[in-house]
Amino acid sequence: MKITVDEDKCCGAGSCVLTAPDVFDQRDEDGIVVLLEARPHRERHDAVREAATVCPAAAIHVGEEA
Amino acid sequence: MNAPGHVLVVGASAAGLGTAEALRRKGFTGRLTLAGAEPEPPYDRPPLSKRVLAGAWEPARAHLRTPDVLDVLDARFLLGDPATALDAERRSVSTASGRTLTADAIVVATGIRARRLSGHGGPQGVHVLRTLADAAALRADLLGARRVVVVGDGVLGAETAATVRTMGLEVCLVGPQPAPMTGQLGPLVARRLSALHAGNGVVLRAGVLLDGLLTRDGRVSGVRLSDGEELEADVVVTAIGSSPATDWLDGSGLRLDDGVVCDAYCRAADGVWAVGDVARWHHEGLGRLLRLENRTNASEQALAVAGNILGENRPYSPVPYFWTDQFDVRIQVFGLPSAEAPARVVEGDLAQGRFVVCQDGPRGPVSVLGWNMPRQTRSHRASLVDHYTRPLEPTAP
Ligand SMILES: Cc1cc2nc3c(=O)[nH]c(=O)nc-3n(C[C@H](O)[C@H](O)[C@H](O)COP(=O)(O)OP(=O)(O)OC[C@H]3O[C@@H](n4cnc5c(N)ncnc54)[C@H](O)[C@@H]3O)c2cc1C
Ligand code: SF4
Repeated sequence: MKITVDEDKCCGAGSCVLTAPDVFDQRDEDGIVVLLEARPHRERHDAVREAATVCPAAAIHVGEEA
Repeated sequence: MNAPGHVLVVGASAAGLGTAEALRRKGFTGRLTLAGAEPEPPYDRPPLSKRVLAGAWEPARAHLRTPDVLDVLDARFLLGDPATALDAERRSVSTASGRTLTADAIVVATGIRARRLSGHGGPQGVHVLRTLADAAALRADLLGARRVVVVGDGVLGAETAATVRTMGLEVCLVGPQPAPMTGQLGPLVARRLSALHAGNGVVLRAGVLLDGLLTRDGRVSGVRLSDGEELEADVVVTAIGSSPATDWLDGSGLRLDDGVVCDAYCRAADGVWAVGDVARWHHEGLGRLLRLENRTNASEQALAVAGNILGENRPYSPVPYFWTDQFDVRIQVFGLPSAEAPARVVEGDLAQGRFVVCQDGPRGPVSVLGWNMPRQTRSHRASLVDHYTRPLEPTAP
């Protein structure tokens, strides 16, 4: 799994941090997403896919291969 | 419970697409169909009043997914073909082009429609903002305009006024409340918002209603307000509310009352579900029916509905959340603020333009409101979880 985030789309909702706190964080000043791990461990994949689904800005892209 | 063989989603926007994606992610391998009225691929609405209107984004940037991501979903998209009727008992849907679609589970995700002053006729230069087509038409008209009146002081009106003002136009924001968004933010923060708008040069007319449009040669030339004042305008935007898109459900057998009425699992009838802006479901934490018109609910409820279609059987009791961007401020709201509940500043400082405000109800905190403090706002959300997610005990007689 390889995650990419689109900072320009992110609206700082923090839904991703609530769903997968080991993988996502938010910048202090404006709440924009910070990717902690672009290739997270297998056990976090479900949470990451859920975060991508609930992100209200469609800012999280999950690539399955590579 | 057996997984359904065919799931049909009516309404191919945030909530509809979210349901389809969540179904696949949860392992659904059956047939999936999304039917939508609009010709565009699924797109996101929040950017329409922000960067799309301002011209910072090409309209296509608002599309929710790229074509290759939609391909992976392995769903049939029937776009530009509105549903015209549903038979809940037979689980079938008819469409404008004459299709009849049957499915084992049907998801109603048709959202809401902007209320218009006078149907689709009326003078030129009067706009609503709900669809990508609306945003394109409004933007085109604004490019040749100087003075704009925005009617409606809810979140959409206030946000649209801010965006239009940043485009360099003269803007007047008109509405019945003492300050914009009082109903959504409570009086303390709404007053701060009023000052933000005034400080950026928006002219505010608070506590007044629209009395009528002034026209010249078939085009709007201004508005008359309930106190008799007349304002000149080249363009008028109305953000005066909306109604759930349920006209196509008349005679369906579903209960319609300000939306599609659902149980705590977002089920409207056996095998029929509703999701997003159109759904009015029983929120167990609040112990009453609730309908939310916000973007996070569309995604979160989609997840819940997909799970319940597959037999998870979990009530949907979210902590409501919405955000709005106006000028250089991002306002984030968890919970349901009220006009009456006392508010206290828990982080930052109103004067500095970075703060978090909590409102307390009789049973503890009911809302958390952040102004340019996203992380801190999110951390205060925890104080609301109990209030919203714990089922309300039936009160003793
Ligand atoms: C300009 C604007 C700005 C916004 N900004 C914010 C914001 O900053 N923050 C926030 O939280 N929320 C915001 N929202 C609200 C958010 O966009 C909505 O809550 C969200 O779009 C709801 O998604 P939905 O899929 O339930 O409904 P919709 O997005 O309304 O989608 C419903 C879809 O169903 C289709 N449809 C309708 N009738 C039929 C039919 N008979 N047959 C087939 N298809 C049909 C419609 O064409 C539409 O594509 C904004 C909304 C607008 C309009
Ligand atoms: S959920 Fe999406 S919009 Fe919200 S902070 Fe994460 S990436 Fe940004």
